Amino acid sequence: MQKKTAIQLALLGLSVAMIGFGVWRGEADTVFAKAIRLCMECVGIG
Amino acid sequence: MDKKTSFLARFRGWIQAAATVLTNIHLPNFLKGSLYQGKGKYACVPGLNCYSCPGAAGACPIGSFQAVVGSSKFRFSYYITGILILLGVLLGRFICGFLCPFGWFQELLHKIPSKKLSTKKLRPLRWLKYAILLIMVVLLPVLVTNELGMGDPFFCKYLCPQGVVEGAIPLSMVNPGIRAALGKLFSWKMGILITVVVLSVFFFRPFCKWLCPLGAFYALMNRVSLFTMGVDRNKCISCGACARKCLMDVDITKDVNHPECIRCGMCIQACPTKAIDYKYGFIKVKENEIKE
Repeated sequence: MQKKTAIQLALLGLSVAMIGFGVWRGEADTVFAKAIRLCMECVGIG
Repeated sequence: MDKKTSFLARFRGWIQAAATVLTNIHLPNFLKGSLYQGKGKYACVPGLNCYSCPGAAGACPIGSFQAVVGSSKFRFSYYITGILILLGVLLGRFICGFLCPFGWFQELLHKIPSKKLSTKKLRPLRWLKYAILLIMVVLLPVLVTNELGMGDPFFCKYLCPQGVVEGAIPLSMVNPGIRAALGKLFSWKMGILITVVVLSVFFFRPFCKWLCPLGAFYALMNRVSLFTMGVDRNKCISCGACARKCLMDVDITKDVNHPECIRCGMCIQACPTKAIDYKYGFIKVKENEIKE
């Protein structure tokens, strides 16, 4: 296996693990809560 | 050049338009002045697209990262970093070239007839986006916090013009309450938007080249992306047509996975010997191909 392929596979595995860990500790809920409400800072209120 | 490559390069504008519509598919919300609140917003869209856009189908990855690290519960976002690494490995800066609504917006502005200026002499400015990623997206929301331990989304608040284009403008047009609440911060951000708009007419994708933290992240992933370019050394006649045509100031024959290459395919179309191609997958570099 080429070194680059190994890095690509490792990063794919790492990314899936990080997503899973993030969901498990509740980050996805934080993202959802922010994304469904008007982001005051984004639109320039405040 | 195979059929797939030809299709992608030739119909890039249409693909960008389709990606922008799909990213903001909840079109009736523009008339209602409300935001989509469904489960799609648990996930991130690949490009820079404000989640306060009425039509937004998903969350903005940069906004989401800051929302997580700026909350009182977390200091780092594994979820968003994981999504960005996944997208970076699967597509790299193909996302910038084909799927980002703000990239497409700048390209449309660049089509306005005017004198076009080269950014080659402004190359050092491209490092700015990495500083913005590190300082405004990663560090400041964690380090500068209020008494509750919450940090502002510094990039969204002070620099991102997409929130004005997709959020403030359409929402304030139909919602008098939001219109009345816009103040100094909006004026500041509108100033940034106007600057980017004017620069985009003269320069190709100035925000992507110099300021976009999402582009910076994908640029870091370009070398390990499964989506890559290939240059056939047997066909290449070193005429330099590809480098002259590239508006991202990349010479693809010297570095097929250059961080600034957004895979737009202008080099593919410019090549007189059809030596340049898109490639996808776990690819072995052949003897006759130019190596990274």
